Amino acid sequence: MYRYDAIDHALVSQRVEQFRDQTRRYLAGEISDDEFRHLRLRNGLYQQRFAPMLRISVPYGLLESAQLRKMAHVTRKYDKGYAHFTTRQNIQLNWPKLEQVPDLLAELAEVQLHGIQACGNDTRNITSDYLAGVAADEHTDPRPYAELLRQYITLNPEFYWLPRKFKFGFTGAAVDRAATRTNDVAVHLVRRADGAIGYRFFVGGGLGRLPMLGQEMNPFVPESDLLRYACAVLRTFNRFGRRDNIHKARIKIVLREWGIERFRAAIEEEYAKINASVEGDELLLLPEDIESIRGHFTAPAYDPQAEAGADVAGIAARDARFGAWIKRNVRAHKIPGYRVVFVSLKAPDAVPGDCSAEQFEALADISDAYSFGELRSTYDQNLVLADVAERDLYEVWQRLDAVKLATPNIGLVTDIVSCPGLDFCGLANAGSIGVSQDIYRRFDTLDAQYEVGAIRITISGCMNGCGHHSVGHIGILGVDKHGEEWYQVTLGGSAGNDAAIGERIGRALARDEIADGVERLIRGYLALRVDEDETFIECYRRVGMAPFKARLYLNETEAAAA
Amino acid sequence: MTAILRRGEIVADDWAVIEDGRTELGTGGGKVIVTLARWRAEREALLAGHTAVGVLVPNTTDIEAVYAEIADRPLIALQFPTFADGRALSQAVVLRKRLSYRGELRAVGDIIRDLVFWLGRCGFESIAPRKDQNLESCRKALDEINVAYQAAADQHTPVWVRRRRALAAVH
Repeated sequence: MYRYDAIDHALVSQRVEQFRDQTRRYLAGEISDDEFRHLRLRNGLYQQRFAPMLRISVPYGLLESAQLRKMAHVTRKYDKGYAHFTTRQNIQLNWPKLEQVPDLLAELAEVQLHGIQACGNDTRNITSDYLAGVAADEHTDPRPYAELLRQYITLNPEFYWLPRKFKFGFTGAAVDRAATRTNDVAVHLVRRADGAIGYRFFVGGGLGRLPMLGQEMNPFVPESDLLRYACAVLRTFNRFGRRDNIHKARIKIVLREWGIERFRAAIEEEYAKINASVEGDELLLLPEDIESIRGHFTAPAYDPQAEAGADVAGIAARDARFGAWIKRNVRAHKIPGYRVVFVSLKAPDAVPGDCSAEQFEALADISDAYSFGELRSTYDQNLVLADVAERDLYEVWQRLDAVKLATPNIGLVTDIVSCPGLDFCGLANAGSIGVSQDIYRRFDTLDAQYEVGAIRITISGCMNGCGHHSVGHIGILGVDKHGEEWYQVTLGGSAGNDAAIGERIGRALARDEIADGVERLIRGYLALRVDEDETFIECYRRVGMAPFKARLYLNETEAAAA
Repeated sequence: MTAILRRGEIVADDWAVIEDGRTELGTGGGKVIVTLARWRAEREALLAGHTAVGVLVPNTTDIEAVYAEIADRPLIALQFPTFADGRALSQAVVLRKRLSYRGELRAVGDIIRDLVFWLGRCGFESIAPRKDQNLESCRKALDEINVAYQAAADQHTPVWVRRRRALAAVH
């Protein structure tokens, strides 16, 4: 993974001192609340319901064991002994005290973690494929490119005061595992027939209000021009993004108001001007620039004998719990003898995405012992040990199981994506954790989960959509109606290659109806599907909304007319 | 006379901003800053009546489109209606790097101490902070982070270029 050099270290530690001084001046009454809000957000600090929330950036979801141990330490020292993984592969602490945050950030900086631009109207942490470097369907590792862009956008003064937040997502594989088109900019690495590497740029995606998928702006930007094209998009946004209405300030609104032709022409014109100026020279990436960053993302020292001595199938046949875990949580690796192990953060009664100090420590030890000291966070709020030898799988499972991290439910109905919701978040209109737990209990048995098969349920506690409800197969959005929590259901969303925004099915359901309603939708799918191979989303696309709607509003005669 | 920051120093401001509709001469030797609209309408009279004339450009203006009209001005002022509105940062970078403007580039408006660092990096040579801001604190803000990954309109060399040169030096 990328390790800091002297410049990174100096930048992050000077940044901590800058924020320490800002916090001191705020507490001394020298900075207004509104001004300080902008400053703290740009350091990851968000005001939640009960305390500030600190969001820690995890570039493209890569973590190493020293960082995990530090997380265990800071959750105990500054928080309540746990942290939360988000859909953007970041980590959030829910209970730090403002006065202590500068010290907390200084401790994180020791292990190359920070909250720089984790919130606020700026360029946010870049997300990427959590299987980068190990997936068989990958043609180009996206991480070196994401890292170069990270360096370009971090504390970039021109783009530090944007109209609204701005997100990039990267992939270099056949399967999009990073929901890239839900970002303001999606960068798809592409390889032309002649072998040349380039970028297919999508612009204008974004969830929240008016969820939209990014539209193709340029099918092939040459490899040398990543930063030039990014500069053109960012400058266009900085100039033309609306600043009169926070709900219309994302770049997707510029695209919607202008139409794609005018929007594309503006970006291409700026791109051409950059290329023709001194800026273009500075932003041009030469092959050796990319090569030197690629050196940070080399493959670990795989054991050529890793295949020997592994009897995964034999043990799985004897130990059904291990067998279930192998089936659901372990995937193929491009190197023979190795597997990708998913660590489920969706145990029964757990809060989706939460990880305790003890679990952080166990994961540090397990990753050191079995996966070259690395761990990754995923778009679905789970974790990945990317390089586990087959012969170690049984031990890894035992050790994960001991700390409740081996629930065999990856990609199943209980692998629910959820934001923190009203229990923590100051923006939320409704709870999401309790709803996820209610749905979980309906399908708690493995047999029930396996019968349902692959499905993504996603829950957001408000319109901002941190739980990505718009792109869930079943999406649930919490809304406030006269002080009560209600839930709107959308169907047919997807975040993968077949990305789609879900369609709202009808009237919202009350808190005590929502789990029943979701169960009826899933039972309906089981009745409607052609056979076991037809997944929920495939079935929905075939039969459409109507039969699901009839089942969701079973007792309502007016439902058909709604 | 109010004080401002210029090239990292606190100095007395020798320019007066003349709002539209007002006719009096600026103080301090008659160096005045007028709006772009007024500059267009009263160019000859303004030049005849003042030692120097600078132009204030709204942050919604296409700076490249109007540059021919203001390229010879000794001072261009860009506006920050609120400190969080960063449009003029892009105008500044384009002025410095694409249009090679070498006159005094000034930031005016709702400029708080914690915006100053970013202004400095985007090529603002002079900065007029909001009246309630502590100028000495603003001055210190200019170099509170002295490393950078990327070049803006400042002295920094992009890290990828520095790595490239370091690599070339080894070979």
